[in-house]
Parts: sequence; C-alpha cells; structure tokens
Amino acid sequence: MEALRAHDHFPEVRPAPQPAPRKRPLLARPGAERLFIFLARFIIASALVVLVALIGDVAIDGAARLHLDFFLNFPSRKAENAGILAAWTGSLWLLLLTISFALPLGIGAAVYLEEYGKKNRFAKLLELCIANLAGVPSVIYGILGLQVFVRTLGFERSLLSGALTLALLVLPIIIMATREALRTVPKGYREGALALGATKWQTVWTQVLPVALPGIATGCILAFSRAIGETAPLITLGALTYVAQVPDSIFSPFTALPIQAFNWLSRPQTEFHTNAAAAITVLLTFMIALNLIAIVIRAKFQKRQR
Amino acid sequence: MKQRTNLTTLGLSILLGTSCLVTGANPCEASPSAAANVTVDGSSTVFPISEAVAEEFQRANKGIGVTVGVSGTGGGFKKFVAGEVDIVDASRPIKASEIELAQKNGIAFIELPIAYDALSIVVNKKNTWVDSLTTAELKKIWAPESQGKVMKWSDIRAGFPDKPLHLFGPGTDSGTFDYFTDAIVGKEDASRGDYTSSEDDNVIVTGVSGDEGALGYFGVAFYEANKSKLKVVAIDDEKPENGAGPQAPTTENVAQSLYSPLSRPLFIYVRTESLNRPEVAQFVSFYLSNVSSLSSEVGYIPLPDSVYAKVQGRYTAKVAGTLFEGKTTKVGTTLEQLLQSATKG
Repeated sequence: MEALRAHDHFPEVRPAPQPAPRKRPLLARPGAERLFIFLARFIIASALVVLVALIGDVAIDGAARLHLDFFLNFPSRKAENAGILAAWTGSLWLLLLTISFALPLGIGAAVYLEEYGKKNRFAKLLELCIANLAGVPSVIYGILGLQVFVRTLGFERSLLSGALTLALLVLPIIIMATREALRTVPKGYREGALALGATKWQTVWTQVLPVALPGIATGCILAFSRAIGETAPLITLGALTYVAQVPDSIFSPFTALPIQAFNWLSRPQTEFHTNAAAAITVLLTFMIALNLIAIVIRAKFQKRQR
Repeated sequence: MKQRTNLTTLGLSILLGTSCLVTGANPCEASPSAAANVTVDGSSTVFPISEAVAEEFQRANKGIGVTVGVSGTGGGFKKFVAGEVDIVDASRPIKASEIELAQKNGIAFIELPIAYDALSIVVNKKNTWVDSLTTAELKKIWAPESQGKVMKWSDIRAGFPDKPLHLFGPGTDSGTFDYFTDAIVGKEDASRGDYTSSEDDNVIVTGVSGDEGALGYFGVAFYEANKSKLKVVAIDDEKPENGAGPQAPTTENVAQSLYSPLSRPLFIYVRTESLNRPEVAQFVSFYLSNVSSLSSEVGYIPLPDSVYAKVQGRYTAKVAGTLFEGKTTKVGTTLEQLLQSATKG
C-alpha cells in the first residue's frame, strides 16, 4: 500500500545545480539512471514472468477438471467425481464471517487509536504490540483458536471457530493498514471541520473516514485475501478434510479450499493432483478477483475526491 | 461532497449491521446442527478408506452427515481420548500412554482392524542389479550405525555395483516411519539420519524415479499409483514359515501373511459410548461390511474374509480394548492369530 502511494510524494527530479566535476561518483555518471531503469524493469518483468508461469502452469494442469460438476460435487474417492462444493462454500462462509468480525473491530480500533486515544507511552507500546502480532506465524493463531474457541468456549470445530481465528489473524493487519490510511488524511481537513463547528464524531465520520476509505479498503481486502488462502491455522484448529454438506449455520463443520487442495496433493494418484491444481486455480482466481476489487475501489474513490 | 458522505455512511453502516446480525446469534446455544453427525479423525494413511466409506454411506443414508478430518494417528488419538470424536483412523495400534489417558477420561473403545498396508521398498527403474533384499540387508541399510558407512550399493551385498546409494524415506513424525524402524531395525524410531526425508510421499516418488542409485520406502498405494516410474523390491525375511524366498508386496502375499514383516494392519477405533447413537452404530456396521471392496479400490489390501468375520464378531460382542498391549507392532504374529487368541482368552 505504501509502495503504491510512494510515487505521489517523490520530489521532482532537479537538474544538477553545478557543472559536474571531472571525477563523478559511480551513481552520478550519465549512464547510471538508464542502467537503473533497465534493471528495475528487468526485475519487475522477471517477477511477473514467474507469477504468470506459476498461475499458467497450475491452470493448465487443472484445466481438464474445471467444469461445472467440479463446483457442484462433494469430495469423492474417485478423482473424476470429486468436487469442491463443500470447500468453496466453506471458504466463502469463512470469508464473510471473518469480514464481519474483523472489519468493524479493526477499523474501530484504528479510529480510536488514531483519532481519540492519547498519544502516550502506553499507546506506543500498544502500537508495537500490534505490529508484532501482525508478524506472528499463522499457525500460532491456530493453536490459540483451538484452545480458546474450540475448547474453552465450546464452539467445536465449526465455521464460527474458524472465522474467529482468522479474524484474530487479520485484525493486526487491518488495524495497521487503517491507521496508515488515517495518517495520510491531511491535518487541515480535521482542523477545517472542527473550526466550522463540527464535533469530533462528525469530523471523523464525514471528513476523515471518507478520505481514508480507499486506503482502508485496499488494506482490508489484501488482509482478507490473505485469510482466504490460509491453511495452517485451520488445520491446527482441526478443520475437517472430508465434509459432504454445505454449511447451513455458523456452527456447521466445514472444510476450505486450501485444505482440500492440500489433501489432494498428498494423495498417491496423479488424478487427484489434477484436482488439486484445479482447486488452486479457483482459489487463485478468487484472490485475484479480490485484489482487483481493491484496485477498483481505490481508483473510484480517488477520482471522486479530485 | 454530500453524496459521497452518504454513500460512505451507508456502506459502513451496512457492514456494521451485518456483523451485528451475525454475532447476534447466541453462541451459548451452540448445538450440533440439525442433521445427525458422525465424526471421524486421525491418520492420513487411513483417510482415503474412511473417505470412501463415508461417501458411500451418505449416498445410502441421506440426512446423516459424516465428517472425516486428518490430524495424524497421534493427533487423532489425542482428540479421541478427550472424547471429541466418535471414531479415530489409526495406522498403528493405540499406545500405552494413550490407553492410560482414555481410561482416565472414562473412554472405552473397540479396536477394529480394517485393512492392510504393505510398506514397499522401491528403487529406480534403471536399477538392474537388485530384485530382492533380505530384512538383514534392509537393516544394514537403515540402521543408525550405518550412517556414513553404508554409502554405496557394494556395501550392501558383494556383487552389487560400486554406485552411490541415495536413501529416501518418510519424516520422523509419520506412522510409516514408526512401523518401518520397529519392523526392520528392531527399535521404534531408530534410523540413520542421512537420508532425504519428506512428509509428502510424492516427494519420495520423484526422488527415487530421478536417481539411479536411489532406494526408498512408503505405503503400497504410492507404488501402485506410480508403477510406471518405479521398480519394487521383493523382501525375504529368511523365515521359511512366511514363504520361502523373497516376496513382493502383492495383494495375495499380504493377505496370506507372506509379505512379512512389512505388512501392517490399519485400524479404526470406535468409542463404545458413541455406539448408543444409532447413526454411529449404523456407520460402523456399514464400514465393516463395505471396507473390503472399498479399501482395495483406494489402493490398500483387504483383510482375508475369515479375519473380517472375526473383526465383525468382535464388534458385535463390543469387545473393548486392544490386542496389541500398547505396542506399535506385533511383528511375526498375524492378525488372525491375534484375534484367535483373543477369542480363546
């Protein structure tokens, strides 16, 4: 997110004020900029090639299985009949539940910390803790979820436990992204609103949040697309592998796309590996779609603001 | 400006609203969903069998949900002895420590052998010199003291070429590793460490198929699925009563207990109390009457019919406890003998 915005703040390249001395440092020589641009382009291109090759390879492997039945069937011992109905519905439920837990809580926490909370030492400590939490390996959240939600609160291995665990996992990311977005709102907006007699609440609600919204939305969608691809915490939590029912409540047992793909990959028969490739293609497409939405939201709101 | 504000407010309130609706459901009323559920968890080796049975069972009995998880044999038993699942899939018998926990928690269980797996020794297709190995030679290859010493094929048997030996095997967390080390080296988890280990047996397939001097081991399903890429080695345990000469891991050899000591039984353990629920009893009965054909369909070796009859008898009589006295293997004793002595005693 930061990287995307960075170019807005770059100062304009100014011509060197004096004629260059005879022995110039390496990076100031005439060819240096061109070389740098070439290198940067090369690196971007190779990253893109790797990504496209990866997605293309998986898509080609899985293409044979990507038809409607694959989406409408439950898993089966016969690879050609096996499908991802339980997995994609499970993933979708997980995503929606995770969003509804993590989004209000995360944005609320960030607004409080950034707009209302006092900026004292405790706040600094809190910020440090949140940043640290964002770096905790996801499997640790799985262990936490298993103990707290599955065992102590007795939610069992249900969608609710899974979604709460994933919500914990993405909360720090959302809080950090939202705070970052709120910080980019110029102070003048707040001061202007307050000067016109708006209350703090009105200022935050009608001035600050709308301006920060593209940043918040981008950060949140990136966080949720991470949540949807997570396998480790769900496996630790004890999410199931074979489920032949579509979840009908938040207490339903569930499985998810990455778990299904992981299981198929570990099977001996190559037909199951094809299924895994198809499931991964679906997951990747879904994630790319989420990221596209993030970009669209961003573009739309930025245009409106100008 | 105004329009934007309204839109944003609306969006945010919708998000907040939905979240309240969802969280509004009272978590204290957590109850299993309306459909009756049978919960199975445990070994990844046994998973394909339980998945196949669950699939057929649900086709025959609409309205009963069966869920199967994969948390490994050890992980499965952990949940089982805590009373969290009805049935556990196991690729080894229950351990003494797990029995202790079960007793402490008041969990009685019925042990039901359901199929055989044959650990297969595989080499590269280009390997022309080895068709069979004795268990003594296998021990020489895999024993901890061979580390750094048995490095070439010629170190295994005089007459083998002077080519480097590269070993591939499952990681130390796997039940396959436990069984193999116990059956071959003679001590559970005793193995040399300088081999390429992977929790994913497909990695072993790739490794062995791409290296002329390679040797590896895994469950027979992985050999069956990759027959075109690998060569299987017959094993001679030098005990004439188990069939003279080397034996390959074929269905017949395993069923007649000739592929010794590398055939291992696979189990399900059923919580006795869960059988009071009709859907669990129904599922276990269905399991026992269909596992013979379904297990061979997913790459395992069914038990002989006579053994299934004894297992069925054990289930009908609800005989609790284990035949294995908390040990990982009973190498040298067949399932039939074990079940026989249990009926007599």
